[in-house]
Amino acid sequence: MNFKETTQNLLKELAPTIEKFTWKDWLWTISLSLVILWGMYALYLQIARGHEVTGMRDNVVWGLYVANFIFFIGISYAGAIISGILHLMNLEWRKPIIRIAELITVIATIIGPLYILLCMGRLDRLHYLFIYPRLQSPITWDVIAILTYLVGSVIFLYLTLIRDFSILSTQQLNIGLKRKRIYRFLSLGFKNTSEQKVLLKVSTNIMAIIIIPIAIVVHSVLSWIFGMTLRPGWHSTIFGPYFVLAAVYSGTGVMILAMYFFRRLYGLQRYITKKHFVYLGYIMIMLGAGYGYFTFSEYLTDWYSSEKWNTELIDKLFNWQEYGGLFFFANVAGILLPFIVIGIPKLRTIESITLVSALMVLAMWVKRYLIVVPTLETTLIPMQETRPEYIHYTATWLEWALTFAGIAAFILMFKLASKFIPIIPIWETSESIKKKTSAIDTNVDLKSVTHA
Amino acid sequence: MNKSRREFVKKGAVAGAITAAGVSAWLKDQGIKEAGEKVKLLSQDGQLIEVDKAFLKLHAQANSEILAKNTMGREGIPGRKFVMVVDLSKCNNARKCVTACQKMHYLPEDKEWLNVKLMKDNEQSAPYWFPKMCFHCDNPPCVKVCPVDATFKRADGLVLIDNQRCIGCKFCMAACPYSTRVFNWDEPDLSQEVKDLPYSPETSVPSQHGTVEKCDFCPDMVRKGKLPDCVTACPNGVFYFGDEIEDAVTNGDETVRLSELLRDRAGYRFMEDLGTKPRVYYLPPTGRMFPVERGFKDLTEEQKERYKDVNLD
Ligand code: SF4
Repeated sequence: MNFKETTQNLLKELAPTIEKFTWKDWLWTISLSLVILWGMYALYLQIARGHEVTGMRDNVVWGLYVANFIFFIGISYAGAIISGILHLMNLEWRKPIIRIAELITVIATIIGPLYILLCMGRLDRLHYLFIYPRLQSPITWDVIAILTYLVGSVIFLYLTLIRDFSILSTQQLNIGLKRKRIYRFLSLGFKNTSEQKVLLKVSTNIMAIIIIPIAIVVHSVLSWIFGMTLRPGWHSTIFGPYFVLAAVYSGTGVMILAMYFFRRLYGLQRYITKKHFVYLGYIMIMLGAGYGYFTFSEYLTDWYSSEKWNTELIDKLFNWQEYGGLFFFANVAGILLPFIVIGIPKLRTIESITLVSALMVLAMWVKRYLIVVPTLETTLIPMQETRPEYIHYTATWLEWALTFAGIAAFILMFKLASKFIPIIPIWETSESIKKKTSAIDTNVDLKSVTHA
Repeated sequence: MNKSRREFVKKGAVAGAITAAGVSAWLKDQGIKEAGEKVKLLSQDGQLIEVDKAFLKLHAQANSEILAKNTMGREGIPGRKFVMVVDLSKCNNARKCVTACQKMHYLPEDKEWLNVKLMKDNEQSAPYWFPKMCFHCDNPPCVKVCPVDATFKRADGLVLIDNQRCIGCKFCMAACPYSTRVFNWDEPDLSQEVKDLPYSPETSVPSQHGTVEKCDFCPDMVRKGKLPDCVTACPNGVFYFGDEIEDAVTNGDETVRLSELLRDRAGYRFMEDLGTKPRVYYLPPTGRMFPVERGFKDLTEEQKERYKDVNLD
């Protein structure tokens, strides 16, 4: 198979998704929109009646929303790491899956911060963050870091798209002139000249390098919202790296899930193969090992030194009447299970890897909840409180509605994006197939690169 | 407020600082007769001034209206460093401080900026009543984390909140190790009159939906030369309020030297090890004036319920 042929084949395979909006697509879109609408209704109630309608109160001032915020920013790591690091390591097998990874990054980075807005008592004063910013505050760090990250990952995604836009605008596709024109406009006049190729390659490389430290900064800063306080379970020196690791880890899990669904949905079995699942699985358990180590180290030191409030917190986490069940699930499904399933060759199938990834992602969400809520329930001064909602946080249906709305929005945006842009990078995938089949071709390619 | 005075306040606020002499001169212009008897008064900028008796009330009013302009509230009273000393040996949970504070700030019954905890440090030691307000820390964890400068530390030691600036992120609440801050989870239930009061970070009134508030040490009272309401309301003289620079604190009945009081009674700061450097000192509950049970006498069932986890033996 040569370059042209692969491009044609890929186009043919992706064309139906790009060309028309089937009744199935409508079904997806409508059901997801309904979930989002339900969330919007909840949001309306929250704005109209105030935060009283949530489960948050003095003491537990943050809840599901903040857990969701960490979670979404966490999974946004898929793109930064998969496409960033794997791009720099120049691993060929990454090519069919990088688009998925980058889309996860952009979409999750759009949705995550919305949850912080839901936590704010005065949304009408949002602009104060920009007109009265205080540099000492980790929230200000977060605003700067996340905005940079969002811009960076959009640029990165766009750079890898330019070639595909130019392919889409020139190839036989049944999509109407208007859309073709949009593709042409977005391809920025890319004509595949050697100069353009070099420019594009260099800029993609630069972005791949830049996006990694930015990603690390984003999650470190996020962890410091907790780490900088004097609260048990939060005030920990390892929180920065711990959060970063947890983020990449959960990002890989979501990546595997997305791969599985698109593979099934669009029949991409030829491009996304078992190899992709297994390789990502390996990466996942490597990260899982690091994450497990951090987790162990964190709780062991807190427990062993047995400071008063740390002990109180750990007692809650190990108590079946309180957070024991969740804590157990977070660690078994979040650390042990992926090891067993991916570590034992016999158990390693596409389905099993996807299943443990799903469980792991859920466990990582639970873990975020366990970071936010139990600590806030462990006050340094005895609460001596009789109002149950002030002692114990229970999320209300509104908070759940908005949580599901976020997940639905994530899937919907993904789905709609896949209608507009090829979910498998056409150019890169074709190129990697070309490289494999024709060594001479590659030489020519290299020469033209060095010439320019 | 009559129209011309509103004009005056406006002009004054535009011009920046309003001197006490300026206020007097203006009041004279308005044709208010002087009584001829001068009274010594502490001005907003910390100066001792003389004011005619007839102007006294108007002076105070003009002052608080100027404060409402919200600019002075951030700076603090020059030359002062406020402190509070709480004598734990005299507290019997009379809760007069709590209710006085609620009345002064128009708070509902279930919102306490100041509350009384029943502390028992360990199995062996005896329980004691522990009034807890904002500690106005010199190294305040809440101020550090505020993204919009809505909560700030003033030169006179106070940590205040500007609820017209607060975006309600609640980060300061998560950061305060003493759980001092409270949030307005819904629209505060206030009369129209209270809602119309000019807001200042010094009065903390009126409360605002979606923002944070807390004990403010009542600097508006101090400006009027009065003590915070919790201090005067306490029947047992538990609270001593004063100035570190003057080295004097008073509970309304007696005025004592701060340094001597802390030395003689082994004053300490709560959770000193956190490094927050509170401006509130506690005198240990030694030689107590009341048995701890006295604190339960006038409590409602709900209030008694709060302390059920504390072992009284
Ligand atoms: S809740 Fe208000 S005062 Fe507190 S940190 Fe946020 S903006 Fe500042």
